[in-house]
Amino acid sequence: MHARMQIASILFAVAVLVLVFELVRRRKLSERYALLWMSAALALLLLAAWQRLLYLVSRAVGIYYPPTTFLVIAFGFALMLLLNFSIASSRLSAETRTLAQRVALLEMELAHADPDAPLERDRARDAELHPLAGARSPRTGAQRPAANPPGA
Amino acid sequence: MPAYNEEGSVAAVVRRVYESAPPCDVLVIDDGSSDETAVRAREAGAWVVSMPFNLGIGGAVQTGFLFARDHGYQLVAQIDGDGQHDPAILMRLLSKLSSDESLDMVYGSRFLEAERGYRVPLSRRVGIKLFAFSLTRILGQRITDPTSGFRLCNRRAIELFAAEYPQDYPEVEALLMLRSGGFRFAEVAVQMSNRAGGRSSITRLRSGYYMVKVSLALLAGLLRERVKLTGPTLEPQV
Repeated sequence: MHARMQIASILFAVAVLVLVFELVRRRKLSERYALLWMSAALALLLLAAWQRLLYLVSRAVGIYYPPTTFLVIAFGFALMLLLNFSIASSRLSAETRTLAQRVALLEMELAHADPDAPLERDRARDAELHPLAGARSPRTGAQRPAANPPGA
Repeated sequence: MPAYNEEGSVAAVVRRVYESAPPCDVLVIDDGSSDETAVRAREAGAWVVSMPFNLGIGGAVQTGFLFARDHGYQLVAQIDGDGQHDPAILMRLLSKLSSDESLDMVYGSRFLEAERGYRVPLSRRVGIKLFAFSLTRILGQRITDPTSGFRLCNRRAIELFAAEYPQDYPEVEALLMLRSGGFRFAEVAVQMSNRAGGRSSITRLRSGYYMVKVSLALLAGLLRERVKLTGPTLEPQV
């Protein structure tokens, strides 16, 4: 690798490292995701600074032009980061779904819970509006959730 | 009863459940509809839970199971809000479920007997047959309508589905999940009618995605199951 190329690579890796660290410091990036970025930058820095290692790795995998190795490894890290984001977004959407379900159920129960009306009166009014409301299910014995009739 | 933009049909279905199904409470899960689905369902006397945004059928149905689990219901029937499923048939599902103590779920199949009056588009029919065939092989039990969303679950199945339920196109995976957990289920021959209103959520463009997604989910579920079978069994600690 030419000296210019080496200097550029080192500068690039250091810049990434500094940027990521700065983002963590400002709390714009959580440590959880910063770690993968920093390890990527450190690995690239190592390869850029330690030419012998880059040559050894290149020869081991059959790459004749060592700077390509540098790019391939950078690309590998980029893929890992992307996969990491896909995993994170799958987890986030599962969590969001659970939250939405809980919120929707709570909203319904809140809307039906009228603080001015005691439960017994609700059930009586329920029963007038609907023959099954307020009654224990004959089959299961399950109690209908105490509340006002929907829409009342 | 999951419903997404079904203002034209949901009220009639709710009333029909009260008239012709076994005594029950009706919970409509309004899955982020932009129309009057929630209002119509409430007017018809149903409990309505409105999702803050469209979760998709899996998330919506699971909300119903969560509600049932938390309020101690022993049985849950799932029925579409678009009028495809006749609530009167719930009686037949119920008698099938109570006829066999070991059954945890029964569901209506369109294809168990020669169907009348219900047209399934050819492309979808091919897809259903394909899944029916592979599920029959995988589960060692004859499955004719693996995409049916017309079902009746007991308390055990309610608790399973409340804790974990597949997303996007869940019915096929749900069967695999049941089997993996040692649950038993059976089909009941039913007729389904064409939709009374609204539009199917499965468009032609999406059915390709449907096929691929469910196949992948089946494969993953199968491998997960293999791992579970060969892995250490979890015995309750004394």
